[in-house]
Amino acid sequence: MTADLTIAITAGVLVACGVYLILERSLTRILLGVIIASNGVNLLFLVASGEPGRPPLSNLWGADAIADPLPQAMVLTAIVITMAVTAFVLALAYRSFQLGGHDEVADDVEDARIRALAEADEQSDSYEDSTFSDTGEDSVSE
Amino acid sequence: MVNLVPVPVMLTFFGAAIALLFPRRPRVQRAISVGALLGVAVLAAVFIVFTDREGPLALWIGDWPVPLGIVLVADRLSALMLLVASIVALSVLVFSTGQDSDEVRRETPVSIFHPTFLLLMAGISNAFLAGDLFNMFVGFEIFLFASYVLLTLGGTKERIRAGTTYVIVSLLSSTLFLTSLAAIYAATGTVNMAQLSLRLAELSPPVQLLLQSMLLTTFAIKAAVFPLSSWLPDSYPTAPAPVTAVFAGLLTKVGIYAIIRTQTVLFPDSPLTGLLMVAALLTMVLGILGALAQVEIKRMLSFTLVSHLGYMVFGISLASHDGLSATIYYTAHHITIQAALFLVTGLIERRGGTTSLDGLGGLLKTSPLLALLFFVPAMNLGGIPPLSGFLGKVGLLEAGAAHGGWLAWVVMAGGILTSLLTLMAMAKVWNRAFWGTAPAPATAQGSSSGHGSTSGHDGQPPVDDQRRMPPLMVFATSVLIAFSLALTVLAGPLYAYAERAADSIRGANYVTAVLPEGVR
Repeated sequence: MTADLTIAITAGVLVACGVYLILERSLTRILLGVIIASNGVNLLFLVASGEPGRPPLSNLWGADAIADPLPQAMVLTAIVITMAVTAFVLALAYRSFQLGGHDEVADDVEDARIRALAEADEQSDSYEDSTFSDTGEDSVSE
Repeated sequence: MVNLVPVPVMLTFFGAAIALLFPRRPRVQRAISVGALLGVAVLAAVFIVFTDREGPLALWIGDWPVPLGIVLVADRLSALMLLVASIVALSVLVFSTGQDSDEVRRETPVSIFHPTFLLLMAGISNAFLAGDLFNMFVGFEIFLFASYVLLTLGGTKERIRAGTTYVIVSLLSSTLFLTSLAAIYAATGTVNMAQLSLRLAELSPPVQLLLQSMLLTTFAIKAAVFPLSSWLPDSYPTAPAPVTAVFAGLLTKVGIYAIIRTQTVLFPDSPLTGLLMVAALLTMVLGILGALAQVEIKRMLSFTLVSHLGYMVFGISLASHDGLSATIYYTAHHITIQAALFLVTGLIERRGGTTSLDGLGGLLKTSPLLALLFFVPAMNLGGIPPLSGFLGKVGLLEAGAAHGGWLAWVVMAGGILTSLLTLMAMAKVWNRAFWGTAPAPATAQGSSSGHGSTSGHDGQPPVDDQRRMPPLMVFATSVLIAFSLALTVLAGPLYAYAERAADSIRGANYVTAVLPEGVR
């Protein structure tokens, strides 16, 4: 099977850009990253569909060579899913903005607690009996 | 008979659509969702009886020429998973129905809870019944979307925070799943699992290894296997109690189910068993150490959930008949028991006003019933002899001993250690929440700004009737615990069934069931 190198490289570049953006802290950028990466993956399906340049319909340009319709159906499904993802994550980012004035992904509870312990250790010279307690409160978003 | 295979998915989908039509009638919604889930449970039971007697059911939807269309397959494994999943979902739904109007407004608000819950079940059923990888991906997406909504219900600050991590991790794993599907299609020209089983074997070993490791990574994120598990204990505990229960019981197990399928049907001669064993060991030990460090019951249970997934991964990594049958039995046990424990925690939260061990105490005196409800599943989770947790672990250890090799023995030692440490974590909860004296109401007040506390305003002690446990919630929890006891009492036939299931999911048997005419 001959594959289209241009599409393959474009897919790779798109996924790389997407991963870079997903590593950001702001939810909107992460969403952009997810969209770009999933577009890259969609292109990958076109690479998977075999030799490029075949007609979409049978008997259009003679013979029996037509483009494989199955990967295209899969890409359609994936596009629909990405659209739903976009809608949901945008709503999530907006809600996060409403509540906290930003849409940054917060540290997880355990990280925040350990950092608080470390800070308490640094500040005190004398021995302090610090207890590791969890009241069910969320120490991050408070 | 074969035409009934898609009905579980259709029932839940139609149920969700109809429930959405009655946004202002909670009673109608409840009736619809309970009815739909009952239907799924009955059908799953029928599938179990039928597939056990006559062999797997495979339905080619739309009657396309055989290898082209979408195929739904109900074999012994998927029928059993479907039955356990629907029973757990049903009791969780009844549990959430028991909440009074106040709690409903806070925990499971508005009209979307029931439709979303049904969609979650639809996605899970679809993933269990899917006979091709792309349909399984679609099932995953359906239940993931439902889970995004359920996890961020109400949109409070901490749920948004926890939900964000969960959503991003799930999106990444979905992208990876899609990438592996593209790679698999490029390499073999099909996504049908039975066909893949034949065609993958012809590929060169490095390509096979690449495809296998991509699929395994995807499912390991879903199943929260060690290096990819850190998202779970952070995102589950903040959700409403019924939601956490159904997530903990079902979502990770769908990942385990997918790993079982790929390992047995697609890559039966897997070179990655050693890696899986190491992952199983680390998942078990590190998970349980995390649980011991927690003083908040929901977080502790999330860590034990991660830890016990290691047992199932160990069973899969043995790649033997005994290992798989033990894994199947253990999965059924663990879905039930973990959901039951989270439901009990929901009751503890109502009764004691908090789920932090710092604010609890003396519950044995104030509510012996609650103590009993906690004691039975906790001992079961810890693997105390007559109960199903013990039986599953013995099965796994026997399979491990039969497999041999130093690595298997190390993992088995880790498994026994994990079992003891689980018991220790449960004993800690028992000591601090159920023994001792009840703390002053002011302690419970500390968590009123957190989620789901029932304490009163301005340091007032909580009103007594807020602390009662609604009979329906107790009933739902008891039903689930009774089911887990049934898994113990009926262990003989069930284990034999699991052994037959382990037989029918093996590559060759699966292929002949789905492609009887031998299409390649």
